[in-house]
Amino acid sequence: MKTFTLGGIHPKGNKLSAQAPIEIFPIPEKVYIMVTQHLGAPSTVIVNKGDRVKVGTLVAKADAFICANVHSSVSGIVEKIDEINDASGYRKSTIIIKVENDEWEENIDRSTNLNRECKLNSKEIVQRIKDSGIVGLGGATFPTHVKYMVPEGKKADFLIINGVECEPYLTSDHAIMLEKAEEIMIGIEILMKALGSKKAMIGIEKNKPDAIKKMQEIASKYNKIEIYPLKVKYPQGAEKQLIKALTGREVPSGKLPIEVGCVVNNIGTALAVYEAVQKNKPLIERVVTVSGKSVKKPSNLRVRIGTPCQLLIDHAGGIPEDTGKIISGGPMMGKALRSPEMPVTKGTSGILLMTEKESKREASSMCIRCAKCVNACPMGLEPYLLQMYVESLRFEDAENHKIMDCIECGSCQYTCPANRELLDYIRVGKSKVGAMMRSRTRK
Amino acid sequence: MKLLTISGSPHIHGGHSVKKLMRGVIVAMMPALLVSFYYFGLSAFIVTMVSVFACMFFEWFIQKFIMKVPTSITDGSAMVTGILLAFNVPSNLPIWIILIGALVSIGIGKMTYGGLGKNPFNPALVGRVFLLISFPVQMTTWPKSGLPFSTLSFDGLTGPTPLGILKGGLSQGETVNQVMSNVDMPRYADLLYGQMGGSLGEVSAIALIIGGLFLIFRKVITWHIPVAFIGTSFIFASILHMVNPELYVDPFFHLITGGLMLGAFFMATDLVTSPMSKTGQLVFGVGCGLLTILIRVWGAYPEGVSFAILLMNATTPLINNAFKPKQFGKAIKLKA
Repeated sequence: MKTFTLGGIHPKGNKLSAQAPIEIFPIPEKVYIMVTQHLGAPSTVIVNKGDRVKVGTLVAKADAFICANVHSSVSGIVEKIDEINDASGYRKSTIIIKVENDEWEENIDRSTNLNRECKLNSKEIVQRIKDSGIVGLGGATFPTHVKYMVPEGKKADFLIINGVECEPYLTSDHAIMLEKAEEIMIGIEILMKALGSKKAMIGIEKNKPDAIKKMQEIASKYNKIEIYPLKVKYPQGAEKQLIKALTGREVPSGKLPIEVGCVVNNIGTALAVYEAVQKNKPLIERVVTVSGKSVKKPSNLRVRIGTPCQLLIDHAGGIPEDTGKIISGGPMMGKALRSPEMPVTKGTSGILLMTEKESKREASSMCIRCAKCVNACPMGLEPYLLQMYVESLRFEDAENHKIMDCIECGSCQYTCPANRELLDYIRVGKSKVGAMMRSRTRK
Repeated sequence: MKLLTISGSPHIHGGHSVKKLMRGVIVAMMPALLVSFYYFGLSAFIVTMVSVFACMFFEWFIQKFIMKVPTSITDGSAMVTGILLAFNVPSNLPIWIILIGALVSIGIGKMTYGGLGKNPFNPALVGRVFLLISFPVQMTTWPKSGLPFSTLSFDGLTGPTPLGILKGGLSQGETVNQVMSNVDMPRYADLLYGQMGGSLGEVSAIALIIGGLFLIFRKVITWHIPVAFIGTSFIFASILHMVNPELYVDPFFHLITGGLMLGAFFMATDLVTSPMSKTGQLVFGVGCGLLTILIRVWGAYPEGVSFAILLMNATTPLINNAFKPKQFGKAIKLKA
């Protein structure tokens, strides 16, 4: 069975919501749609206070190359355009819409019948993906259409679909694979057409045998799509690690997957592409896992973008007494939220409630050079050394030791017996080194 | 609504701790410790207890009154140093010498550099070599073996180690075969179980291997250093033995006598003083193996494990710079 070679850890799966079916979450009274929900340049707001919008109305437009459109997920009246805290704690421009009824744009096909035939050509598909505001739904939220504009001279041999979901607790992709396998396959076919690649590979970790079985069953109808069960190891869902696991190819340092002839997208993204291309439906909802050891009813909810997390938590049984931390995303790479008021964005794969005990870190002590971080690093870096370089402000040395290759998976800090804050320092170092590199190219 | 904790990812931890690592090492040393109690009796127990408590006391004292930092004796590292120091001395060593050894180990070997994690040399070995050079007579007067559960007092019967017998015999012009037929020389089976003269913890190869495998199984250490160390010693000694079996003893003898097993599993693998990358660890192990046999065969001392490890400790920073872990994405492999 395939897996990646360097490093990796085995955190406990804790997939509490694995058996929970996807529930359609009711439309809230008010949604908070962040203007920038993707990686890249901010979008431009094109609605004003008091405007009437429908489900699927474009509310913020992409002007730059790496940028994504944003659509209204509800129908109603724009109440305010304000700034609220995003998951990282920064104030970000947000469109607040007061919900009235549930009116959809006329061109959206709301039927559930399967639409297999795709008449669009490659260019039109990419344009449709771009218009629909689709971004990577795994959590990194990189605008999807950019990946399908293959640069001159490069060829995409493989389309890789990420069904790994290696983060503990999260089960949204798992749930989608069980319930929407057919749609996902059509989405993958569309993506292959856009890319002109001959083969699609779907990687699924073997801790989801039901999803593997279901997907294999459906994939047998499609001759170019193959399912690969993978050994369970974190961070297999990381783009570079998944490519390595499936194809044996290594994306060179500082390069994109297309360099080795691969394009990677998430299961959820494939589904969104199906809906965008075949049903003309922009990205206005996604599946979110609500989980945690003390959560009464761990669930997978299909939620309109912009719904406050608090409502989702209430649906799952409310905030447990012993909650000490609320995380947007998984426990390895997710962000701790300042308050549950934060709205669901395109990148919210899960909401995790950690108990008081789990939320506190142990006090850190001196590095004992046990090399556990070195052995755990999936990129072959030396986290202990990078941490020391950053602590002593030696950013050039950190750069030479490839600090920018760090994918921030957190494996080093997870294994550190001295409880050192390795990733905290490395993140600071990355932002410093990144700024240093940018100022160099500007000169 | 009460306040939420905010911190960077990752939000979960694997549950490893320095304390657990050290506890693993202590458990792994238990078989060898029990064997030493069996062969050397009460005196081994006394030496170990004195060494452990002295190491812990000195660490506490230095942190509390000299460095004025929170004490860390509960992490177990001082205890490990104490047991390892005891493992490296004869069981009939006078208590005052053990106290000096503990002071040198902890005071000079560890705390002068800033404590656990900062020391370049294995503290227990620093103490042991200091004692070996300062008190050569006491440090090479080994209690006679073969008296299980003996209550040997400090002036009981004494005898040389197998390596000492070998060195002594060879220097008087005897051949290996003649030395091996010496009445003092224990048989191979005895060597394996530990029925021989020697330092307290080094005698039983089997007990040490059990402990070492436990360490590897518990992922406290990796296989790289022990395998490279033992493998290199074996290969180097085999080559010598093949060149001239009259002059050079067979490789198995090297493996199961002296401190080789103790060194390979417990001393060279010291997390703090060994290299970080796997290739670096292999180089380190090979260096230890080569130096050990070099010193044993051509050096003035019959035993060379401690010196070999200390010398290789000194090269650890260089090895760390020269042998980096394999980085992801350095070589592009394109399969059709």
